[in-house]
Amino acid sequence: MTDATASGMAVPAGRPKSSLLAQTALMKKRNASEARFKFYGVAAIVLSLSVLAFMLWTILNDGVSAFFQAKLSFPLELTAETLDPEGNRNRDEMARVTTIGYGRVLTTAFATELEKRGIAVEGVSEKDISDMISKDAAGDLRATVLANPQMVGTTIDATVLATGRIDGYLKGRVTMETAERDSNVTPQQLQLADALRDAGILGSSFNWDFITSPDASDQRPEAAGLGVAIMGSAYMMLLVLITCVPIGVAASIYLEEFAPKNTWTDAIEVNISNLAAVPSIVFGILGLAIFINFAGMPQSSSLVGALVLSLMTLPTIIIATRASIKAVPPSIRDAALGIGASKMQTVFHHVLPLAMPGILTGTILGLASALGETAPLLLIGMVAFVDNYPAASVAGVLDPATALPVQVYGWAQRADPAFIERSSGAIIILLIFLVAMNVLAILLRRRFERRW
Amino acid sequence: MSYIKMTVSTLAIAAVSAGTAMARDQVQVTGSSTVLPYSTIVAEAFGENFDFPSPVVEGGGSGAGRKKFCEGVGENTVDVANSSSRISQSDIDLCTANGVTEIIEVRFGYDGIVFASAVDGPDFALTQADVYNGIGAQVLKDGALVANTAATWADVNASLPAQTILALVPGTKHGTREVFDEKVILQGCEDSGAFAAFAAANAGDEDKAEELCMELRTDGTSIDIDGDYTETLARLEADKNALGIFGLSFYQNNTDKLRVATMAGVVPSTESIASGEYPVSRPLYFYVKKAHIGVIPGLKEYVTFFMSDDIAGPNGPLAAYGLVSDPELAATQAMVEAETPMGPLN
Repeated sequence: MTDATASGMAVPAGRPKSSLLAQTALMKKRNASEARFKFYGVAAIVLSLSVLAFMLWTILNDGVSAFFQAKLSFPLELTAETLDPEGNRNRDEMARVTTIGYGRVLTTAFATELEKRGIAVEGVSEKDISDMISKDAAGDLRATVLANPQMVGTTIDATVLATGRIDGYLKGRVTMETAERDSNVTPQQLQLADALRDAGILGSSFNWDFITSPDASDQRPEAAGLGVAIMGSAYMMLLVLITCVPIGVAASIYLEEFAPKNTWTDAIEVNISNLAAVPSIVFGILGLAIFINFAGMPQSSSLVGALVLSLMTLPTIIIATRASIKAVPPSIRDAALGIGASKMQTVFHHVLPLAMPGILTGTILGLASALGETAPLLLIGMVAFVDNYPAASVAGVLDPATALPVQVYGWAQRADPAFIERSSGAIIILLIFLVAMNVLAILLRRRFERRW
Repeated sequence: MSYIKMTVSTLAIAAVSAGTAMARDQVQVTGSSTVLPYSTIVAEAFGENFDFPSPVVEGGGSGAGRKKFCEGVGENTVDVANSSSRISQSDIDLCTANGVTEIIEVRFGYDGIVFASAVDGPDFALTQADVYNGIGAQVLKDGALVANTAATWADVNASLPAQTILALVPGTKHGTREVFDEKVILQGCEDSGAFAAFAAANAGDEDKAEELCMELRTDGTSIDIDGDYTETLARLEADKNALGIFGLSFYQNNTDKLRVATMAGVVPSTESIASGEYPVSRPLYFYVKKAHIGVIPGLKEYVTFFMSDDIAGPNGPLAAYGLVSDPELAATQAMVEAETPMGPLN
């Protein structure tokens, strides 16, 4: 026995000793490399997640405050002498009073209220007081009064925007120290703001206007909103959907099911894949040449924007659709053809419904990338200051509009620091839309996907 | 299939007919990003006070804007080009070639260019010669032209702080750069005597001397910023040694972050620019197509409103934003009223 054991232990020369308990050098090396690989994988995920988390944190940190806005509430007497000197309550006559007149009415009412409530701070001039009211307020008031001329002569409870600096003070962006050096606000104004807040005149509330208002100029960051940009983006997405889906699906079906396989179709296939990788700015140049200079469509309109984005999205949709049509097993087609269906019936009754979830997912992902696109819009005049909503009818697609990513870009360039917050706020809105679209894509796929 | 066919063909027809059928009812403005904020302020106030829709205002640069302006006459071309430098003969030639013959030139005010450093840094009292000796590629030292090796501003001028030289200069596509080159670098080159030395070294060729003056250091002490002033500000906040170049209005909106340098002993402000004491300023213009007046609704009203005392005057919103209003405003108003097109460039 001892002999046998001894001979069993004697390992023949040239063959490695092997045991399940003791790892060989090679085994150790293999295990170590697997452990290393797993570690790299985890590290890659941790790294990308932390970058994402940092980005989200920065955006949320800067941007959430855009959804809250400082407002001043005080009783406002719409003095007839200033607003309707003729006294006829005739809209056209009243329209001669400019926003400067309305601004004066606002300032007077605000100063009167301060005096009545006994709120005063040493060293605050009349101008300092009027500068606390947003310049947007006068325009708003004028539009409201002209829409209801009978309001003149009454006293209303007005709630108007405070200027960006006062808003920044409530949000902690502006402090007494920065105000010392700031040419647009004085520490005394901030003291007055404190007093107003204690008196309940100045307050902060959820800022729906940020989502619904149009853009505002550099002097009024407090009034700038995303209304026109959201409408423009919505119009474009809708148009992209109705141009891209029929064309993309029809092209894919033809290429996949009907087209002969020859050099031509190969060339087309290569071209489609190529187009998907062409930088988006190239589509902008193309759009400028074809849609604006040749076809004469109006600049800055969401129609041109949508057509440019459609060109860009089309290859993505075609590739996704072809892939999902290809994934339908041939047995389905064979069975349909076998019981006498025509080729077209096979495609439309059997293949297309089965490929639908993949097509939908591809379309939504294509739309999501189109939604975030800025570069091609730069060339067709959509990176612009647009103050009027596009019309809510079909003709609205011809009106000038901007888009969400364009608004982010535009605000990031503005001089007033309050626009940094607006810009991040716009990114939040854009991200919400993108996340919603991507979640929808995943849900649709989960719900309808069939495995073979 | 018929459904798809119909959708496709309807869209195609809609797309083609759309091009021909519509008339534009708002003014289109494009051009300089320096003029952009002023233009949007006016556009917004115009939309509030008139029954016309607000003009659509685009940025993108003076040169690009003038080129777009000169593309032709018609509803698909822009009505107004904003410009932070005067239109050039080549632009006018392009305009003429495309049928844009009558251009109304409107100078609506002046803009200053300021040097500013981080707010918690030391004060700078610069002269053009200091700037040139700090970032010019070749400088005059002990009577000879040598490659610039100054490391700190104190090396350039003992009265300046001993801060590492780092200038954030607007990139060449900006109109601001032209003014910077002409009013600061070239002036500094002449003041420091380098211009005369360059001219002497090139047998009196002044064009060549000018060209040599404009060369800035490439060793990282002078950085071209292609983005906007917001980028310059961000860089300046990241590197406290930097000295950035901004428009006066940008500085006035960020006085809590920036410390402005004096130039030749003058503090930049709307007053010192209006009086002509502050040397680095430039006129701002916009150009209007006369052929579009009366065709595009609101164009004449927009231009008249822009130039009114309430807007472009010294107490208007543009001045509050940092524009130095034009002392000859009344003459410009009369010119706009009469729709006088500009004569040949002198």
